[in-house]
Amino acid sequence: MTTMTTVPEDARPQVGPRLTANRLPRWTPPAVAAGSIAVGCGIGAAAGLQSHLQWGLISALLFLVGGYLISAQVEGRRQAKDRFATSVVWVAFILAVVPLVSLTVYTVQQGIGVVNGNFLSHSMKGVIQSGPGGGIYHALLGTLQQVGLATLIAAPLGLLTAVYLVEYGRGRLAKAVTFFVDVMTGVPSIVAGLFILSLWNLALGFSYSGFSGSLALAILMIPVVVRSTEEMLKLVPNELREASYALGVPKWKTILRIVLPTAIGGITTGVMLAVARITGETAPVMMLVFGADYINSNPFDGPQQSLPMYIWQQYSVVNNDFGYARAWGAALVLIAFVMGLNLIARGIARWRSPKGGH
Amino acid sequence: MAKRIDVSGLSAYYGTTKAIEDISMSIEPRSVTAFIGPSGCGKSTFLRTLNRMHEVIPGARVEGKVLLDDENLYASNVDPVAVRRSIGMVFQRPNPFPTMSIYDNVVAGLRLAGVKKKSVLDDVVERSLKGANLWKEVHNRLNKPGAGLSGGQQQRLCIARAIAVEPQVLLMDEPCSALDPISTLAIEDLIGELKSQFTIVIVTHNMQQAARVSDRTAFFNLAGVGQPGKLIELDDTQRIFSNPSVQATEDYISGRFG
Ligand SMILES: Nc1ncnc2c1ncn2[C@@H]1O[C@H](COP(=O)(O)OP(=O)(O)OP(=O)(O)O)[C@@H](O)[C@H]1O
Ligand SMILES: [Mg+2]
Repeated sequence: MTTMTTVPEDARPQVGPRLTANRLPRWTPPAVAAGSIAVGCGIGAAAGLQSHLQWGLISALLFLVGGYLISAQVEGRRQAKDRFATSVVWVAFILAVVPLVSLTVYTVQQGIGVVNGNFLSHSMKGVIQSGPGGGIYHALLGTLQQVGLATLIAAPLGLLTAVYLVEYGRGRLAKAVTFFVDVMTGVPSIVAGLFILSLWNLALGFSYSGFSGSLALAILMIPVVVRSTEEMLKLVPNELREASYALGVPKWKTILRIVLPTAIGGITTGVMLAVARITGETAPVMMLVFGADYINSNPFDGPQQSLPMYIWQQYSVVNNDFGYARAWGAALVLIAFVMGLNLIARGIARWRSPKGGH
Repeated sequence: MAKRIDVSGLSAYYGTTKAIEDISMSIEPRSVTAFIGPSGCGKSTFLRTLNRMHEVIPGARVEGKVLLDDENLYASNVDPVAVRRSIGMVFQRPNPFPTMSIYDNVVAGLRLAGVKKKSVLDDVVERSLKGANLWKEVHNRLNKPGAGLSGGQQQRLCIARAIAVEPQVLLMDEPCSALDPISTLAIEDLIGELKSQFTIVIVTHNMQQAARVSDRTAFFNLAGVGQPGKLIELDDTQRIFSNPSVQATEDYISGRFG
């Protein structure tokens, strides 16, 4: 045993770094950002740069470098690095958000004047491409039916596949299924379209219809649903399954009444996101649904229209302002539809998610 | 309703590894039997063979016999689901169903077995929660989520859920290991009350707890790393803690182990 001697407070060697250091005030980052933007715009204007994107990039660079230098002066290297990393995250975030926001804003600006009751309730029947009037009723109806049918096919199939993989799948078959789901995830939509075209339309002799489009959309949707559902089911703790078995509940009932309800929020979100994804698909729809300018409310017979295809057709005639306007109107409706789905998914996820804690 | 359990020549495997070997013992009805032994000696494994929960794990299998009042649980025509209905289980970590309210958690077993009548369920909820010493704390918030309770309350909720289906035997795997001393005491008292109706088996690492709650104590041990666990002895708790017949038991209990 060594005897401990008490060392006087001030004679003790300094162990580790000091705990206090100079700190920049909290308003520094916003101030640096504002300064960088001002200087960046100044440089941009002075150099006569046309693109505002370039102005923004200069500002971002100034923000990163300026923030680092200021912080390094006052707070030291380590803090400066920390701030630099934070700034990079912010800049990356803004770079990611800018296109999204501007896309939405631009679409709303272009489309809001077009979308009205008339636009939503009329088709293009008897309307000349280069003339005014007409609407998207037939396309909206087609999209809803095609996407709805695709979801009716893909959601149960995907869900059951995921349940199989997580709850029952062992050995070769499960591995093979996982492999094919992976492959399907990477199938380009045009290939899914070609597949259905050759199988359903050419080999089996069916003609253009909304339903054959739905089949291709379902092919695109299934892997997304399987993957997201699988992840959600894996998140359900095994202890819950065991708790249920220990109460004398059979496995299928455990899955149905305990596992699926626990994961239902995430599963719904996954399905909704998959729906949102296929709603904008154009290629297979062109191939299989063909498009129409009149209302066809029967998805099982004859060509239909869909929103993405409508947008493409309206935009494909050059220098046609009426067509352009209708395209933007349809784009706005499409975006609104997808956003609506996302909101619903979030709502369901929040409403159904396991309630715990406080 | 309590039934006795007779185990003979029981071994359990995970894949090809044997976790426990050749265990034979009798568990008396209306009594508390404690399992003690070092970590990894197969207490949980053995406990889970008693209500056929072991085979839930992929690749796991069991050899030997478990008689519940003369009926072999491992006979080929026995339905494991029915076995688990009569032999309930409480786990080490409280695991209430997160999507369900307190009320729904308690009646989960009955509901999933098809009982729908509200008056029956109401009765069961009150009786089970009272049985689990939880009624006073939660009776005015039965519709709140079960996961919103404290750890000790959640564990008592799980006990209420297990006794709600009126099993004949209740298996508990370290039910207090995640709990504070006060919740532990509450559950120990509860075990004392429950033994008038159920056959209770409890795994514990807490010697005092084994000494306090159990009538009989079984000591498990393994010969070495990678060897299967074995039952060393089973005797009245008093004897095990005062004058065990095997030296290893005394070493383990007195902390002179390994
Ligand atoms: N799911 C499993 N898969 C493979 N081996 C397992 C599994 N569960 C347990 N084992 C092994 O079986 C042996 C017995 O484990 P068991 O959990 O029954 O021990 P225990 O006595 O309950 O230990 P503890 O006191 O730590 O809970 C250990 O060697 C363990 O590694
Ligand atoms: Mg254990």
